[in-house]
Amino acid sequence: MDNQAFKFQDCALIAIATGQKAQNLRELRDQLKIIHPGCLFYHFWGGLLHSHFDDPEFQNDFAVWASRNLHDSKISEQLALIDPNAYDDIEDVRRELIEIIEERLSESEHVPWVKTGQEFHFIRSQIVVFDTGVGYQNPEDLLDVIPNMSLGSIFYHFIDARRRTSGKKNDFSVWLKGFGDKYSGLIASLDKIDPYFTSLNKLRQEINFAFYNYFKRR
Amino acid sequence: MESLLMQYAKIVGIEVINHLRQLANPLKGIKILHINSTKEGGGVAEILNRLVPLKRELGIDAEWEIITGEKEFYQCTKKMHNSLQGDRDDISSSLLDIYEKTNLQNYERLREKLESADIVFIHDPQPAALLHFSKGRKGRWLWRCHIDVSHPYRPVWKYLREYIKDYDASIWSLSAFAQPLEHPMYLIPPSIDPLSEKNIELPEKEISGFLDKYGISRDYPILTQVSRYDRFKDPIGVIQSYRLVKDYVPVQLILAGGGATDDPEGEQVLKEVRSFAGNDPDIHILELPPDAHREINALQRGSDIILQKSLKEGFGLTVTEGLWKGKPVIGGDTGGIKLQVIDHFSGFRVNTPEGAAMRIRYLLKHPEIMTEMGKSARQFVLDNYLITRHLREYLTLVVGLAFGSKEKIELKLPRH
Repeated sequence: MDNQAFKFQDCALIAIATGQKAQNLRELRDQLKIIHPGCLFYHFWGGLLHSHFDDPEFQNDFAVWASRNLHDSKISEQLALIDPNAYDDIEDVRRELIEIIEERLSESEHVPWVKTGQEFHFIRSQIVVFDTGVGYQNPEDLLDVIPNMSLGSIFYHFIDARRRTSGKKNDFSVWLKGFGDKYSGLIASLDKIDPYFTSLNKLRQEINFAFYNYFKRR
Repeated sequence: MESLLMQYAKIVGIEVINHLRQLANPLKGIKILHINSTKEGGGVAEILNRLVPLKRELGIDAEWEIITGEKEFYQCTKKMHNSLQGDRDDISSSLLDIYEKTNLQNYERLREKLESADIVFIHDPQPAALLHFSKGRKGRWLWRCHIDVSHPYRPVWKYLREYIKDYDASIWSLSAFAQPLEHPMYLIPPSIDPLSEKNIELPEKEISGFLDKYGISRDYPILTQVSRYDRFKDPIGVIQSYRLVKDYVPVQLILAGGGATDDPEGEQVLKEVRSFAGNDPDIHILELPPDAHREINALQRGSDIILQKSLKEGFGLTVTEGLWKGKPVIGGDTGGIKLQVIDHFSGFRVNTPEGAAMRIRYLLKHPEIMTEMGKSARQFVLDNYLITRHLREYLTLVVGLAFGSKEKIELKLPRH
């Protein structure tokens, strides 16, 4: 079965300050009600494309702030487990965030504040996607390509793809499906990769490992 | 000769360089002009020194010019700098007059370049008023702020804001620094250059040579703070920390400061530091010329712990340099140091001389922890704070400006 070539795209992200910030949970909730949806994208996904130090313990900036600045482990755990891909619309993610915070506010006797300088700063982003002009027809050829993919390209095809594809899949799996059942083993391996709790660097290694295992061990 | 980009590829990987090339494709031939106030000394000049040739190699017509002024102009801009970082320092109207006149004179000198550029990056407050005089500009102008403006002295910020609000956009190192403005406020942390004299790998012999030159022993631990002699860098607090450690562990302290040509206060602070240090033979106060990059590199590499006990800090590139050299950093809990120094991972953030002393003693007691921290510190800088990342974000920003303000911009390859 023939399929179209896999066309490599790449992307780069630039962060933009909104000037909006929150110093406690109540302010965070109030701001969440009105902030630009682009802020939700940045604080859930953008983190992978901007700098962070340690292994990502939390998957979104709200959870990181609740843990490290508010020192409220209960809410940081709840926020950390929000999977934005499980929702059809970014507005559903917004509602879920607000609901979790409201629940926490209703059970708290007081609203903890962070020191000045430790506020949550809402950031949005602008993303530039560009066509690399490179395409591959044969899945086995990707074996040599994946180790040298830019992190922007990994982000686009493995993370951003989940917002674009109907089954919320990565672009590799969607493309391989076009060959019928021929690569179902590889698709299964790729679909098993959890794109969260990791860095793009490590994600690239995992994708490479899936391709390597499939083609080299057959 | 090997191209600059290929030299970077050896450090960051060819995929990073290819990514830059792709991103720069739609920008080929555009004119970008950078303006600041010094060619030497300070992080801004160091970054521009490499960023501009890199842009040129990517096919962008990039140029860098500096503004010049008399002593009073720099007195004024130093006051602005301090006030933006929170000092309550009023600036007389006569100094502000000199600020405006100097900007006008520089505008007239640079007029042709300023008005023909497609993109103009104005760095820091010194040349900020240029835009005001440039009525015939055709390009987009961006104000790049390298300073911690999180709690500015309001009268001075209000004065400068009148100039800055008219820019097409501004760029800040951290979201906490960004002041409310109507135009887009981009966030781009600065970076270090791994190929510069200050950060390149050095042979062990050269490191020992520099330490010998200043009478610094390698037989017992070396603590080093590299920064301008500036009160916000708290050199006195560093000496206090050193004294608190020395009561328990033999240790040496290096305070190495280069002067920047736009900082008239340095001499006075240096005098105060020398007087406070007294005649302690284990405190080495070095006054290095602005081009002593290799010496600074050697001092950092020869050190056991890097200190940056700033009370206020823009980003803190000396922290990045220390981390890149695989050293744990003990830094003040302020500005960009908060982004770089993570307790127990790359060093410790502290608020007092006592805090710094405690962390120094802890690290000296656990050399294995220092080694581990050093490894993760270097990787962190490799991933996030090298000049190639900085360049990528500048290019992304310029593409964004050139192709509209949409959240997602999709560039197609040109059809042939």
